[in-house]
Amino acid sequence: MKILVCISKTPDTTAKIAFTANNTKFDTNGVQWIINPYDEWYSLVRAIELKEAEPSTLIHLVTAGAADTDPIIRKALALGGDEAIRVNTDSHDSFYIASQIAEVAKQGNYDLVFTGKETIDYNGSSIGGMVAELLDFPFISLATKFELKSNKATVTREIEGGEEVCEVELPIVVSCAKGVAEQRIPNMRGIMAARTRPLKVVEPVAADTLTSVQSFGLPPAKAGVKLVAADNVEELVRLLHEEAKMI
Amino acid sequence: MSVLIFIDVAEGHVKKASLEVLTYGAKVAGQSGTTAEGVVLGSVTEDLSALGKYGVKKIHQVNNEILNHFDAQVYTRVIAQVAGSTGAKIIIFSNNVDGKAIAPRLSARLKAGLVSGAVALPDTTNGFVVKKNVFSGKAFANVSLNTNIKIISLSPNAYKTEATQGIAEIIPFNATVEASRVKVVAVNKASGEVPLTEAEIVVSAGRGMKGPENWGIVEDLAHSLHAALACSRPVADAHWRPHNEHVGQTGIAIAPNLYIAIGISGAIQHLAGVNRSKVIVVINKDPEAPFFKAADYGIIGDAFEILPKFTEAVKKMKGVA
Repeated sequence: MKILVCISKTPDTTAKIAFTANNTKFDTNGVQWIINPYDEWYSLVRAIELKEAEPSTLIHLVTAGAADTDPIIRKALALGGDEAIRVNTDSHDSFYIASQIAEVAKQGNYDLVFTGKETIDYNGSSIGGMVAELLDFPFISLATKFELKSNKATVTREIEGGEEVCEVELPIVVSCAKGVAEQRIPNMRGIMAARTRPLKVVEPVAADTLTSVQSFGLPPAKAGVKLVAADNVEELVRLLHEEAKMI
Repeated sequence: MSVLIFIDVAEGHVKKASLEVLTYGAKVAGQSGTTAEGVVLGSVTEDLSALGKYGVKKIHQVNNEILNHFDAQVYTRVIAQVAGSTGAKIIIFSNNVDGKAIAPRLSARLKAGLVSGAVALPDTTNGFVVKKNVFSGKAFANVSLNTNIKIISLSPNAYKTEATQGIAEIIPFNATVEASRVKVVAVNKASGEVPLTEAEIVVSAGRGMKGPENWGIVEDLAHSLHAALACSRPVADAHWRPHNEHVGQTGIAIAPNLYIAIGISGAIQHLAGVNRSKVIVVINKDPEAPFFKAADYGIIGDAFEILPKFTEAVKKMKGVA
């Protein structure tokens, strides 16, 4: 069993969001970087659990990024994973990145490709589906449970107002959401071991770029809260009805 | 050259998100002087031609038993066939659960640029630029699509449904449908409840409710407003409420018209999942709760006293008391 876990570097949840270069670039000044939470908490941890249950399992991590992504991939390796591959690119186009990951996946002949449900920066939720199409694998999105029995996966996924349980044979691509696994904290042994695990850097293959960000912007600031006295709830209902026109 | 809109159905019923994309797609077609056409997969129990009132002229229906179960791989191939045969240049999905699975696949298959989670009509004054939310709602990006065929997936609840007059022509489409490799073994749905991602009003409560036994007054308020119920992460983690009600960064991200937060302090992770709500009401006894900074309306006070009065006032306003 070979599992490929896609890892993305994202700004910390609490990072201040600002833009530079005439609103065309994210301002990285002072930003703390983390492993995209969905990649870390759900897909990587579930892969580690599968390896704990079946020690012959190999876990490889893949990321697309420049050299400044290395600390993030090392941090992921400290949680678990046998080796990591970084495709050396600073592209932000989903199709370009998916093409790189699909190439790594083809070369490594993986049975299972895991992604997080989306990244917390571009919120595209696109990489998993694109990689699945490029590999011609089934794609199960927004998984909340993932069980494996030899070559067959039983996956529970979110649907509107409930969940659906499906069975599918490997190879597959799965995007993981809350429920698949629980967050883990790396321990000292993992951190030390991560230093010696291989981190391969490969150059990108030729691929199309289908989109580009023309500009960024911040939503208009809220006008400020309008407070209503606790003994005058009727006034809140009146405001919601007449002013906000929401009820 | 046309605009093709994916009409998403569940158990034979057209989803609310589909009405939004039909309205949006008709506007996009109007912008570029072409017509809007729909595509629907599998059997539908309601009258599809009535969807013409949202501006769609033709609906291509692929009726094949395999398509009554969702499989992104199979759906993508069928939609690609319909798109090819209709000469679609712009293809529109809802960025809902199904759209998030199909739109990226189709983008890779057709090498068509995708904007996922669009919140406005394309700006075609200089190229083809679509606005979407990024950084979990803390910012937006204007994304330029540089390809001949373009795909937009529209954020649910971002575009208001508009119905006028019109009847759509239903055209059976003969597609090659391969067998699905995914076998659906169970579907578990809470019946009769408003799905959280489709709800226009959401009533959400947090640790301030002190325990699951106190949720009755939250439910009463939700029912009076025809709202969906939601909760904060600590509440879901403590199993006071089911996980599928958890909204926030790790749970479900929502963008209702009205979000009412009761006894939730408003941690940044919670805000990341709800900050796209159009109007936010916060009820909290702590005047320092950070949520008040993100709110439009607020009451500082005890939820146990306020909620019953809130429900009564809503009923009175609606004339049902």
